[in-house]
Amino acid sequence: MTAPAPIVEMKAIRKVYNAGTPIEAEVLHGVDLTLPAGEFSALIGPSGSGKSTLLNIIGLLEKSSGGSYRLAGAAVDSLDDAALTAARLATLGFVFQFHHLLPAFSALDNVAMPVLIRDGRVNAAARARAAQLLADVGLADAAGKKPTQLSGGMQQRVAIARSLMLNPPLVLADEPTGNLDTVSANAVFELLRRFNRDFGTAFLIVTHDPRIAARCDRVIELIDGRLAPDTGLRHTDTLTPTDPP
Amino acid sequence: MGFSLTVALRFLFEGRFQTALVVIGVAFGMAAVTYITALVNGLQENTIRRTLGVQPHLSIRPVKDVPLAARLPAPGAAAAAGAGARGTVAMVTEQPRAQRTRSIDNWPPLIPMLEAIPTVTAVSPMASGAALAQRGEGSRAIALIGVELERYDRIASLSEKIIAGTFRLGPGEAIIGRELAEDLGVQLGDRFTVALGRGTTESMRAIAFYDAGVRDVNRRNVYVPIRTAQSLLGIPGGVTNIDLTVSDVFTADRITAQLAARLPYEIESWMQTNSQLLSALAAQSMSTRLIRGVMMLVVVLGIASVLVVSVVQKRKEIGILRAMGATRGQMTRVFLLQGGLVGAFGSVLGAGLSWLMITLFTALVRGADGKPLFPILLQADVVLGVGLVATLCGVLAAAAPARRAARLDPAQAIRL
Repeated sequence: MTAPAPIVEMKAIRKVYNAGTPIEAEVLHGVDLTLPAGEFSALIGPSGSGKSTLLNIIGLLEKSSGGSYRLAGAAVDSLDDAALTAARLATLGFVFQFHHLLPAFSALDNVAMPVLIRDGRVNAAARARAAQLLADVGLADAAGKKPTQLSGGMQQRVAIARSLMLNPPLVLADEPTGNLDTVSANAVFELLRRFNRDFGTAFLIVTHDPRIAARCDRVIELIDGRLAPDTGLRHTDTLTPTDPP
Repeated sequence: MGFSLTVALRFLFEGRFQTALVVIGVAFGMAAVTYITALVNGLQENTIRRTLGVQPHLSIRPVKDVPLAARLPAPGAAAAAGAGARGTVAMVTEQPRAQRTRSIDNWPPLIPMLEAIPTVTAVSPMASGAALAQRGEGSRAIALIGVELERYDRIASLSEKIIAGTFRLGPGEAIIGRELAEDLGVQLGDRFTVALGRGTTESMRAIAFYDAGVRDVNRRNVYVPIRTAQSLLGIPGGVTNIDLTVSDVFTADRITAQLAARLPYEIESWMQTNSQLLSALAAQSMSTRLIRGVMMLVVVLGIASVLVVSVVQKRKEIGILRAMGATRGQMTRVFLLQGGLVGAFGSVLGAGLSWLMITLFTALVRGADGKPLFPILLQADVVLGVGLVATLCGVLAAAAPARRAARLDPAQAIRL
């Protein structure tokens, strides 16, 4: 039985800021990272370890300074902005800690936004899918509400629904529970796990919260721009319906 | 386009206070542009109509008598004289000749030819010259104008200016101005004498009085049948000039050039005789264009400044949209459309405002007689033109902000 192709394959990824200037800073010193399809992983590390940079490179928002990166089987190192944008739309979902949603649009319109970007219009089927996703995150009643009318936890759940709108193989979440109370944080995390289980979507979650990290299939630790050896928290059965204790 | 238009409209609606302010600003700017365009169009049309209502657009006259040079230098003379004669200067004094009354004699065949030119609307042959009108002790210098009344009326609309009597010119009949009638004490049907320098006289009967609106004209111009004038002026069968009107007054110069190439006569258009009026109109148009240009610039800068602020305010949203997969082109169009929409909304509102301004002007600014000075019309093509220009201005104003939005690094925008 062959393992499914990995969604992320990084080899010797380096990132240097302000190259060639006196304030040159190398943030990533050769990262090798492979994320299998459908894996639910946490990315942890102290501040300044390069987590955000690595996430941005995985998310095609920044380019690496060296090394090779294949996303969903395709090399992306030499793509131009237009091709990177297209790859983001087709392959990736994003969930951010702050500024999750577009305040001018209703919750439903926010969820359907990726379809509007892709097709220029949101047809009935897409609206139905957006409504279903909102129902899945427990916000069926909030469809017509503006983000400002929703609590932080609710906004984050809308953002999760949005990240799944085009059913991407990989969702990147930057501190998705960072500014939420424990109850909301727990609810959001459960939601991510459920979508991982139900849709087979791979998740990479940047977090500071060790309890969150502990409940992921795998913990990737970044220290001073290098990956620490896997810490052994990796679960072999990613489809386990119950959460680890 | 659906994405860009949807997002542009939402962004505009989201910042509705900002949007309302800039739309109102654009509206006032565009109202001023529309108003001044309509005002100057009305003013110029009125000026041209008043000026050209009483005068022909083109006039064909016989060529002037010119003195012939006493001795024309022979073509080979200078060469034959050789090096010694080089630099020789001939000093000649020219005395201009007194101009006798010259006439176009073979004019009848010209009339149908001129009338066949598509843009020519009226052709009127005339025989005119200076004369004296006398009655009893009274004597006044007049311009004796012999016309074919029907043709002349099509150029000068004399029939509309008749204030008393019958509009016709039978043999021995004359139409004179109100002031001349007063000066000579002539009443309708009274006779007076027209005398020319050479002693020829003719007794004419005043059949009608006119009022051209200008007293000097009323005192001077005396209209008589063309045959009477011909015999008095000593140019039997000839005319002194042929006047024309054309449908588009600004084509007069072109038609003049065409006719000058074909006819052995001097042809003058109103554009030459009224060159000062024309340059005044041109100066007016120029300053109008300048004012309009400045207004447009203000509108462009206003829209641009609001959009620049909007791009800064919406950094995060732009970043999120870009991260989600919105292309640079889509983001560019979001802001170009915002600019265009502000320009378009503003000009629609501006059209209403300018209509208000024109209505106010027409109601408040009136001449001595209590009538509006001149009609100002809000022409559809002006409104459409201004709207189109405003929309383009909006798009132009949005160019720099749109570029900034498209260039925004999504990674940085989200981090902030």
